[in-house]
Amino acid sequence: MTERTLTPVVTGRWGSPTSWTLDTYTQLEGYTALRTALAADPDQLIQLVKDSGLRGRGGAGFPAGLKWSFIPQPKPGEQATGAAAKPKYLVVNADEGEPGTCKDVPLMMADPHSLIEGCIITSYAIRAHECYIYVRGEMLHCNRRLHQAVAEAYQAGYLGKDILGSGFDLDVIIHAGAGAYICGEETALLDSLEGRRGQPRLKPPFPATSGLYAAPTVVNNVETICSVPYIVNGGSDWFRQMGTEKSPGPKIYSISGHVQRPGQYEAGLGITLRELLDMAGGMKGGELKFWTPGGSSTPLLTAEHLDIPLDFEGAAAAGSMLGTTAIMVFNTSVSVPWAVMKWTEFYEHESCGKCTPCREGVYWLAQILQRMLRREGTPTDVETMLDVCDNILGRSFCALGDGAASPIMSGIKYFRQEFLDLCAEQPDQPGLGSQGRLTLVESHR
Amino acid sequence: MSAATNSEADASVFDELTWQQAQEIIARYPQPRSALLPLLHLVQSVQGYVSQEGIAFCAQLLEITTAEVSAVVTFYTMYKRTPGGEHLVSVCTNTLCAVLGGEEIYTRLCERLGVGHEETAGAPGSPGSVTLEHAECLAACDLAPVLQVNYEFYDNQTPESAVALVDALRRGERPAPTRGAPLTDWRHAELQLAGFFGEPSQLREAVDGPSAAPETLAGNRLAEQKGWQAPAMPEQAPPLPTVAEKK
Repeated sequence: MTERTLTPVVTGRWGSPTSWTLDTYTQLEGYTALRTALAADPDQLIQLVKDSGLRGRGGAGFPAGLKWSFIPQPKPGEQATGAAAKPKYLVVNADEGEPGTCKDVPLMMADPHSLIEGCIITSYAIRAHECYIYVRGEMLHCNRRLHQAVAEAYQAGYLGKDILGSGFDLDVIIHAGAGAYICGEETALLDSLEGRRGQPRLKPPFPATSGLYAAPTVVNNVETICSVPYIVNGGSDWFRQMGTEKSPGPKIYSISGHVQRPGQYEAGLGITLRELLDMAGGMKGGELKFWTPGGSSTPLLTAEHLDIPLDFEGAAAAGSMLGTTAIMVFNTSVSVPWAVMKWTEFYEHESCGKCTPCREGVYWLAQILQRMLRREGTPTDVETMLDVCDNILGRSFCALGDGAASPIMSGIKYFRQEFLDLCAEQPDQPGLGSQGRLTLVESHR
Repeated sequence: MSAATNSEADASVFDELTWQQAQEIIARYPQPRSALLPLLHLVQSVQGYVSQEGIAFCAQLLEITTAEVSAVVTFYTMYKRTPGGEHLVSVCTNTLCAVLGGEEIYTRLCERLGVGHEETAGAPGSPGSVTLEHAECLAACDLAPVLQVNYEFYDNQTPESAVALVDALRRGERPAPTRGAPLTDWRHAELQLAGFFGEPSQLREAVDGPSAAPETLAGNRLAEQKGWQAPAMPEQAPPLPTVAEKK
């Protein structure tokens, strides 16, 4: 087998001086794809992205070209009716908040113009004339860099009216969020963008027919949109040289935790953790105990999964999900029940409250785990938690509930005894922290 | 809280400039209500929190009820209901940062500042006053443990560096972030989040604040060392696929 390597594409400009400026971007082939795109028929661009097999990089992996094709378009020569008569919108999901995920923030900081160019091409393809980039409010420097990039793009004629003489108009608005993980869910994001509490909507109807202001809307992740100019310049055959057949293309893998060289590593989809760990200098402070392939919402995996291909199919076959390729690795010093409790507290805090299974269930899961970690657990707690998870997974209004159940279910699946051990101990045993809670054994930095 | 209804709260505490800025925000969107989140950031930039007057201000501008505005204010963690410090220190205590020291950092800062979550050391709004909070994942996991001051990044923290940082803030100093613009204060951060970045030259200086952390470039560095590259792109962009003639 040939050695698997890194393939810097989307991260390609990150190391260049002042990479975020229009000057640098233009020197590094910026806005060349846009010219190609504007000379084409929009449907050709949709077909290109379909042919490339680009799958959404925001966690769900839905084929991007297919999503774009769901936008109702008027038939040529006919008056548009119904949904096709409404204005269309592109909304970029820049609300990076899934624990472990840290790829879109550096991407927006280092290469905001790649996102702008991707937005213009995508908007042109779906015939949208307004594009909203919904950025996490906590990411001030991203907001700032995007704002500057948009201003530069308007000045250079890449945004506004009659872009590069093509007759195509587009406005891009940078919209800061205000601190809510659930607004990373596409329909909750749309509600938030409409000035409401960020609560998810029922699907169907899907955003493609009824999205922002009930109009046809494409919602795509930052990395997905940033991939578009490269696909235009390189073609779908070039794109498919990387990754696997069903999961083509390069992907930013983030590695963090007990690893020597945490960071962003861009490789073709399908690379394994063993290979990534080798590239990142190996484990730190102890052997691998457990890890997440794609953020806290993806079921935990262990050292037995070092060689699974990290593409959408491989992660699913191993009983987890690829998610946002947000790999967090933990060594043997970490208590699984503790880690799971911290994540559950996160989901409890971030639950929007709309549906009973998540609002009530995750609250109770957090209570039980906190009690167990105070050494006040009972032998039935594990079964109770699994039962509560069973009432949330697949039964909540959106995937936040599923995400909350995942660490607990997979934690118990692989480390049941560690949970049971908590219940067996008496409250006055050594090892408790000042609050009577299990404290983390010394962190290794 | 008095029994006076929210709608009677006096929005005239906001000056002419703020009303103008509010109109600019509303003009960005096809539907005015979309302006609510940035308007609330604007309100916070003026008053240091969302007051009843701030709620009334937004309600009047958008022609919605104060209840509808309050519903939004209470949903999002960045909207503060009580006046806060000159600076906001947000420490990530989600699992990964916690594993690498974030929990200890948060505990030490609580002790050092003598406050708990969302409490302020020093008189709110006074120079050097600091509000502390524990925060959820700040999307900087490769740089963990991290904290933010006024939403600018301070990466790779230790308990000692975090304590030194808040001591400096309390003394009125503004240590530079590891990624982000030179530090100003929380209200100015909020003004920027509302979309107002000042004169182009001010924005330029802020925009050019550092962002390239070694960890961010770890993969690229390795690829360069090893001579690894993505497959070469064709010289010219290949022709786009043809599409069927639409009837």
